[in-house]
Amino acid sequence: MKISLGPIPYLWERSRVFDFYARAAEAPVDIVYLGETVCSKRRAMRLPDWLDIAARLTAAGKEAVLSTLTLIEAESEASYLRTIIENGRYTVEANDMAAINMLAGVAPFIVGPHVNVYNSRALELMARIGARRWVMPMELDRETLAALQSSRSANLETEVFVFGRLPLSFSARCFTARAHNLPKDECGFRCADYPEGMPMQTREGQSFLNLNGIQVQSGETYNLVNEIGELRALKVDILRLSPQPEGMFEIIDAFRHVMDGQLESSAAAGSIAPHQTAGFCDGYWHGAPGMHRVHV
Amino acid sequence: MELVCPAGSMPALKAAVDNGANAVYLGFRDGTNARNFPGLNFDLDEARRAVHYAHERGARVFLAINTYPRPSQWQKWCRAVDQAATLGIDALILADPGLMDYTVQTYPDLRLHLSVQGSATSHEAIDFYVRHFGVRRVVLPRVLSLTQVQNVMKRVNTEVEVFGFGSLCVMVEGRCTLSSYVTGESPNSNGVCSPAKHVKWEESASGRRSRLNGVLIDTYAPDEPAGYPTICKGRFAVQGCTNAAGAGRAGRAGAAEVGGKVYYAMEEPTSLNVLDILPELYRAGVAAIKVEGRQRSPAYVAQVTRTLREAIDACISDPETFVPEVEWVKQLDNVAEGRCHTLGAYSRPWQ
Repeated sequence: MKISLGPIPYLWERSRVFDFYARAAEAPVDIVYLGETVCSKRRAMRLPDWLDIAARLTAAGKEAVLSTLTLIEAESEASYLRTIIENGRYTVEANDMAAINMLAGVAPFIVGPHVNVYNSRALELMARIGARRWVMPMELDRETLAALQSSRSANLETEVFVFGRLPLSFSARCFTARAHNLPKDECGFRCADYPEGMPMQTREGQSFLNLNGIQVQSGETYNLVNEIGELRALKVDILRLSPQPEGMFEIIDAFRHVMDGQLESSAAAGSIAPHQTAGFCDGYWHGAPGMHRVHV
Repeated sequence: MELVCPAGSMPALKAAVDNGANAVYLGFRDGTNARNFPGLNFDLDEARRAVHYAHERGARVFLAINTYPRPSQWQKWCRAVDQAATLGIDALILADPGLMDYTVQTYPDLRLHLSVQGSATSHEAIDFYVRHFGVRRVVLPRVLSLTQVQNVMKRVNTEVEVFGFGSLCVMVEGRCTLSSYVTGESPNSNGVCSPAKHVKWEESASGRRSRLNGVLIDTYAPDEPAGYPTICKGRFAVQGCTNAAGAGRAGRAGAAEVGGKVYYAMEEPTSLNVLDILPELYRAGVAAIKVEGRQRSPAYVAQVTRTLREAIDACISDPETFVPEVEWVKQLDNVAEGRCHTLGAYSRPWQ
């Protein structure tokens, strides 16, 4: 099993992004997804920057993948998408049917977690038009994965999101701008002030969700470190960890050590715990509400 | 530009047809459609009678099988498509690419519409469904601005249907799992958002509380009207928030409580209403205006259908001078969520 580092969901300063990937180049990850997947207004990093980082990661022996925007609305977003797809060197992760439409029959691609593949027929269709890997949608459970794995095409790799705040929804409006009573077009990139998003609680103080621009994330961190054995038994090829600003490389090490049989899951869970600011959840994997924690 | 109305039951279907809907949409009584609410929808016999009633009166019938089946549900969903194909319906509304693939292979002559749950927000995404499945109409998610809708219209070679009235999804449809995060059931998987069986109302000293699977979605002051506890329309505390206007809208409950200011962090409960931009949609070439609300009463369907029929007719006969009548707006606000309306993403006051 390989480890992948998902795209950074937050708006980080350029220098922070470059530093992060400089460390990733040295870390025990096999695949790194790069690019802006949440908001097209975030342009601190341009395509040449991503290509630059991709080249450095490739030189360090990693597989670099360019990941695309999840919600495509404007014509300019579709054109930028096309530029990414025509990069000529790196595989692209499609997070929307628009990207799949551009990639189908043109180049092998990766079906991202925001494309709805819920059954074998949909998965077969993706393989037929050029997918070489798919990332399971977050709300799917282990039974569904087992059924999909038993009928998947031979050349298709399966990746599962196993760590990070769950991306639960996307909107045309920006919730960070709304929190500051700013119009979206004059947001002043306030989301840069929240490198881990804005925590949102219920009115009785329960940690609930996390606002990240146009995206709403889970408040709790999804963590399947306790299920690595099960993921392996289901022949999952890649485990995806979603970047967060604090503790990411300790988290990567913990997963790596469990996968290599050098560390017990429970010990890894203990070392990751301080980096989950609102605790963890694993409900989706067990067919329960996503926010639930089934593994105690 | 036709009017497509919701039919959650036979009386609602009749209300829609009798009040001037050009088409109605309905679903089977199970999780195969995205309005899987107790007491709603049609079994096979009722659907047959519904098609008969509508066709006799010149209205078309679309049937929605617009959830995403998992492998354990696959056979049942295919059976629903098989049954739909025997009904003489005018179109099947699908979202799942797997089920579309099955339908195209099995019933190549069946007209397909892409559900709003298909989440196609750009001409490129729409083109995917046209190329692979010959989709004849696409329902646009409620996230595009009017300009974006107009741009899409210039580039697609299929009909486009847009939402004109009803409850407003804040998130892009087909890619929102807030409901399953809290309850385990989502629109994509179960055809429900914030299902009623997980809703609990409590009376407390501070007011009425609504919970969804234990999570406090909102608290209402004694004289405040309470809304359905959909997660995206609840009031929450956001750390670091400086939203004075949002807090103001929250009324008395807007004071800082727990770790941050409490307000409608995602959206206020309000309804979508496109009367103000009907001529623009018409001129852009939109094929149909869709009314949300298969879960609403026949009286609601009758009222909304009648009003929109009048408005669309007026718009088509003279789009240049069209102005929504005060009476129409009042009638629609009376049945709207939160008793007020917005143009939503079409006009984007928040942009």
